Amino acid sequence: MTNTDQKIRVLVAKPGLDGHDRGAKVIARALRDAGMEVIYTGLRQTPEMIVNAALQEDVDVIGLSILSGAHNAIIPRVMDLMRQQKMEDVMVVLGGTIPAQDLDQLSKAGVAAVFGPGTPMQEIIQFIRTNVKPRSVTA
Amino acid sequence: MARDKKPTDSGVAESPIADVFEGRHPSESEKQWAEKTLAPALEKQPERPIGAATGVNIDEHGHARFTTISGVPIRRLYTQADLPEDWETNNDKYLNYPGQAPYTRGIHASGYRGRLWTMRQFAGFSSPEETNQRYKYLLAHGGGGLSVAFDLPTLMGYDSDHAQSEGEVGKCGVAIDSLEDMEILFDGIDLEKTTVSMTINSPASVLWAMYLVVAEKQGADWKKLGGTIQNDILKEYIAQKEYIYPPAPSMRLVIDTFEFGTHFTPRFNTISISGYHIREAGSTSLQELAFTIYDGVEYVEWALKRGLNVDDFGPRLSFFFNSHNDFFEEIAKFRASRKIWYRLMKDRFHAQNERTRLMRFHTQTAGVSLTAQQPMNNIARVAIQALAAVLGGTQSLHTDSYDEALALPTEEAARIALRTQQVIAYESGVAQTVDPLGGSYFLEKLTLDMEKGAFDYFDKMDAMGGMVKAIERGYPQKEIAEASYQFQRATEAKEKITVGTNDFIIEENPTKILYIGEEVAIHQTAKLNKLRARRSNEAVQRALDALKKAAAQEPVVKSNHQMSDANTMPYIIDAVRAYATVGEICEALKEVYGVYEEVSVT
Repeated sequence: MTNTDQKIRVLVAKPGLDGHDRGAKVIARALRDAGMEVIYTGLRQTPEMIVNAALQEDVDVIGLSILSGAHNAIIPRVMDLMRQQKMEDVMVVLGGTIPAQDLDQLSKAGVAAVFGPGTPMQEIIQFIRTNVKPRSVTA
Repeated sequence: MARDKKPTDSGVAESPIADVFEGRHPSESEKQWAEKTLAPALEKQPERPIGAATGVNIDEHGHARFTTISGVPIRRLYTQADLPEDWETNNDKYLNYPGQAPYTRGIHASGYRGRLWTMRQFAGFSSPEETNQRYKYLLAHGGGGLSVAFDLPTLMGYDSDHAQSEGEVGKCGVAIDSLEDMEILFDGIDLEKTTVSMTINSPASVLWAMYLVVAEKQGADWKKLGGTIQNDILKEYIAQKEYIYPPAPSMRLVIDTFEFGTHFTPRFNTISISGYHIREAGSTSLQELAFTIYDGVEYVEWALKRGLNVDDFGPRLSFFFNSHNDFFEEIAKFRASRKIWYRLMKDRFHAQNERTRLMRFHTQTAGVSLTAQQPMNNIARVAIQALAAVLGGTQSLHTDSYDEALALPTEEAARIALRTQQVIAYESGVAQTVDPLGGSYFLEKLTLDMEKGAFDYFDKMDAMGGMVKAIERGYPQKEIAEASYQFQRATEAKEKITVGTNDFIIEENPTKILYIGEEVAIHQTAKLNKLRARRSNEAVQRALDALKKAAAQEPVVKSNHQMSDANTMPYIIDAVRAYATVGEICEALKEVYGVYEEVSVT
């Protein structure tokens, strides 16, 4: 049971109108194969839906995949909602096509890492393992 | 494409040249070659399949092997022994001549000697004003036709000022809200002389209606308009996911455009049945081919159910394929596609008109193959992919810009992409002879395997009850998700090398990209506010009410072959003329048809 309790829980979400979900699906499966508990939200999730799902599922990590350029509108709203829900302990990572000039702003907003095209899955898995302490479930 | 079983005799299986005899009957001279020349050569220099044998590149004996990018095993050498025994005697069944059935060697008897392929660069970004400038630039630099990229709100049927559009306006393409924007987009471009392709699917009839009204205002004759709307909703459910309504009403809207087109726009392609996005979503080359053509079968079935004649709408069906890195696999896919469509139209649908049996297709190089790392390397990838499309006999071609893994292309990157096509057309010499690779043992074998593999998929999906049913079961979605995961695993294991990404890596500085800010949304919203104040909102409401009424009825072809009364196209055109917006028209249809939610497959 201890092993199961200590599994890192990840919500993989696709916000915005973009339907390009190859990356999100591949990552969801890779994280699952790496032993994490993965919930994939499906497409076109609003920031409210994402934060609610993260809260309900009690996740350690939210992974957002955005390829449409809408990150500057979406990320601040996700972070605001998370603050309102006192979810500061949940790590947010972002994947997709993100212009270099937006990286600083995203980091200031609280995004822990941005993984661009071509990032090896192992690098993402390693980053999550290193930076997330699985919370043990109180019996 | 299962690999033939090795002989059970372990002595033979261990021989380094055993594969020469597996599942094939080499000639005496080939046997001699294998024993006298090949065997000692292998002794001296063993073969080294690329990458480690950790799963994807290994055969059932655990040996590493060479495979295509799609994971199809590739032999060392192809000879006559890999082709069917009746290859020579039944040549007209397999190959024949260019411009003759089954069109394996191309649809034109003289290939590109009379007319090159159309260099059609997909472009669109920001506002209609800015995109109009880019179009004029492309046409001035030798682009042969236009291809419109719309932004995500337009693709999803939302106006720029809708809450769901926040952050998305003008980002992935041009923002079009109303007829006014379409008038700006094509300002100064003669639509009777320029063929225009529009990548629009769920709201295709709305954007097409806008296009037709703009052309009419320019004084153009609809009967002379040439162009294409993508209008392929099936691949949206399968791969790209830009759907609005559920499958059945979406198919009805598509068939409405087929029917309208046969009456009013005989030169316009009312659909571009697209494998491009299926491949981008991670499918193999064969899956792209099979799912795309089977989508075509589904459209034909639905049109026949409406009561349309296959030889009326069939000639206006066009296709759109991806061209990826694996050179010969792609050329084989293109050549096989024509032959497969010919067989289906002739044998399955009994098309009488030769035009109906011809597959015409557009090709775009593989966006998914482009790397964000060392992006200039993409110029080489695009050149190889474009060359494959040309050797495969494409009718038109878009070449990707090198910076597309990072952002929408800069003007310079877009120009280099166009120049790449011009180098192939005017310098390489490949366009001087028809189907120059025809008769290559390797290519012909790959082409035959593609054809067989596609028909195997067709049988499976016929048994499921057609593509709409297969989609509802998540079948093509699962196949693609599995293939894309396997490819990613192969990449991680370095069984497949992506130059500059998982090998040959360097430290590098960020590339200069096209950056689109939020000004476009503000600009579009201001235009919308003015439009809503200026137009007759009563006339808009009347047109939308009439559209809803027609949309709720079942269209029936009349006995005198006149168009169904309930065909939605004339009602959409009326709404567009009244300056109803994309969002308003799609909302009206949503009220009648509802919206589709997919069950996610991971």
